[in-house]
Amino acid sequence: MSLAAGAWGDAMVKFGNGLGAIAGFVGILLLVFLVAGRASGRIARPLAVLVLLGPALVLLLVGLVAPLVRTVYLSLYSDDSSRFVGGENFGWAFTTGSVREVLVNTLLWLVIAPLAATGLGLVLALLVDRMRGQAVYKSLIFMPMAISLVGASIIFKFVYESRDHSQRQIGLLSQLAIWLGWDDPPNWMLAQPLNTFLLMAVMVWVQTGFAMVVLSAAIKAIPDEVTEAARLDGAQGLRLFRHITVPMIRTTVVVVLTTVMITTLKAFDIVRTMTGGNFGTQVLANEMYSQSFVQFNTGRGSALAVILFLAVLPLVAYNILQLRKERAVR
Amino acid sequence: MSVRRDGGAVRKAFSAPLASVFVIAVTVLWTVPTLGLLVTSLRPKRDVTADGWWNALLHPDLGLDNYHTVLFEGGSGVSTGLMPFLVNSLAISVPATLFPLALAAMAAYALAWVRFRGSDTLFFLVFALQVVPLQMALIPLLQLFSGGAHLGSLTLLPALDLKGTYAPVWLAHTMFALPLAIFLLHNFIAQLPRDLMEAAVVDGASHFKIFRSIVLPLCTPALASFAIFQFLWVWNDLLVALTFAGGTPEVAPMTVRLAQLSGSFGGRWELLTAGAFLSIVIPLAVFFALQRYFVRGLLAGSVKG
Repeated sequence: MSLAAGAWGDAMVKFGNGLGAIAGFVGILLLVFLVAGRASGRIARPLAVLVLLGPALVLLLVGLVAPLVRTVYLSLYSDDSSRFVGGENFGWAFTTGSVREVLVNTLLWLVIAPLAATGLGLVLALLVDRMRGQAVYKSLIFMPMAISLVGASIIFKFVYESRDHSQRQIGLLSQLAIWLGWDDPPNWMLAQPLNTFLLMAVMVWVQTGFAMVVLSAAIKAIPDEVTEAARLDGAQGLRLFRHITVPMIRTTVVVVLTTVMITTLKAFDIVRTMTGGNFGTQVLANEMYSQSFVQFNTGRGSALAVILFLAVLPLVAYNILQLRKERAVR
Repeated sequence: MSVRRDGGAVRKAFSAPLASVFVIAVTVLWTVPTLGLLVTSLRPKRDVTADGWWNALLHPDLGLDNYHTVLFEGGSGVSTGLMPFLVNSLAISVPATLFPLALAAMAAYALAWVRFRGSDTLFFLVFALQVVPLQMALIPLLQLFSGGAHLGSLTLLPALDLKGTYAPVWLAHTMFALPLAIFLLHNFIAQLPRDLMEAAVVDGASHFKIFRSIVLPLCTPALASFAIFQFLWVWNDLLVALTFAGGTPEVAPMTVRLAQLSGSFGGRWELLTAGAFLSIVIPLAVFFALQRYFVRGLLAGSVKG
């Protein structure tokens, strides 16, 4: 019991730290507001801008803008940042065999996982809304979205757990394989190239609910007059789907697809937790982490970060512009 | 108001019983892995190693022992339990939600209502910063926290001795959250009624007074949506925590510890599943209790990173 008591004592100190920081933060804000609020005349306005906008701008400058420039700079230098090497790190990334494998894997992830999640999400969105108790189905399929990728990885690591076939299986996938008549299923996480696809399945499991919810909302937003008119013209069933529904929600489909792509590109949690990038499953985001913070190859790590940045740039740019346009219409 | 919008005809095309079977099958498939985790975490060790968790559905012998072990004792060469890490997760997530929320609301108000030359350009620049992925900022920021900032021999910022505290993680999460938070809150704050704002100015209220007594109360829904999104984002984050908190019980959150354990706990599935369930139970509770806000925040924030 003393173990537990010690843990609770430690917890109190830590919560104290957190609450202290919050209290300090709020206190300083209120104090500054009080003082700055008393200013009057010509100084009042600039002071308000400075106080309200200043902290956020400083943090953005220090936390994003300066690092952005610095990472590009570091990517052109050697791994200990002492020597200018030009494009050498990028050359390394595109010509070294092991890194090429990483890029190929990343490309596979980038194409397959988003397409699978979006496709399945679209089918579910079309089917689920007519069903009784649709809220329950939607909630359950959407639920993985609330779970961390680390949690999801452990859940699936357990599903993929494989034991020697002399023992009883405790992993669901192995047992299912046996029930279906596959006597000696492989060790899933070691079986290349199957393992990469099994890791993608985790991403699809997490993202399908997101795709379903967004697409379902888009389908509901199609005005009744449109479908009504199409029906009067004789469109039915799949024709209606192809010529009315799909064109009406095309933008949303693309936004969902690019959003899942962005998540897929940047996620390193699944690969890191499930295989550590071994057995031919490595992806760009995890390789970037390993180069930077495990092997401390600052130059190569930065180069990989820049490649990642250039890969997500068009996707994010498209998405946020779309988001802005949508808001402008509303 | 009650316009029927269900695209009925489209759906009728699929109204075969087959459709229902498909949806139910996917739902089961989507739920079973999590159920397996929960059931395993409740089974005694010898059962977990003896056979699959589905056997426990027929012969349930369940208890909370694993949770006590994993929280307070650890096990199999792991000296501390998960309790300190669970505490760290909370102590990281709550401030890392409130700080960006407050700073972003202030900035958004200034950009929307305290107009000045270049405020539109500035807003667009902040908005555009959303394209920067986390990975681009990690190395320089870590160097900054540990070594300070120098220009030649000139020290711009001294090395901050923040090791072993939550401060680097709070700071990093706050910085990374700002572009999205400012963008979302600006959209909301900019749409507040102009009359109301002008009336307050005529009454002689300062910008700070307007911000506190008009803007914040009227923005509660937007603030709540973003707060939930950010809380879950921070709670579930691995990358920022791993980089800025390291792996020690002093500061590392649950995600970092679980990622370590998934390697070192090897066959101790009864402990790993209990630990994993502990880490997902809070987001799941938030999800089921506040689903509407959650979805709204999630949809708005889906491009973050």
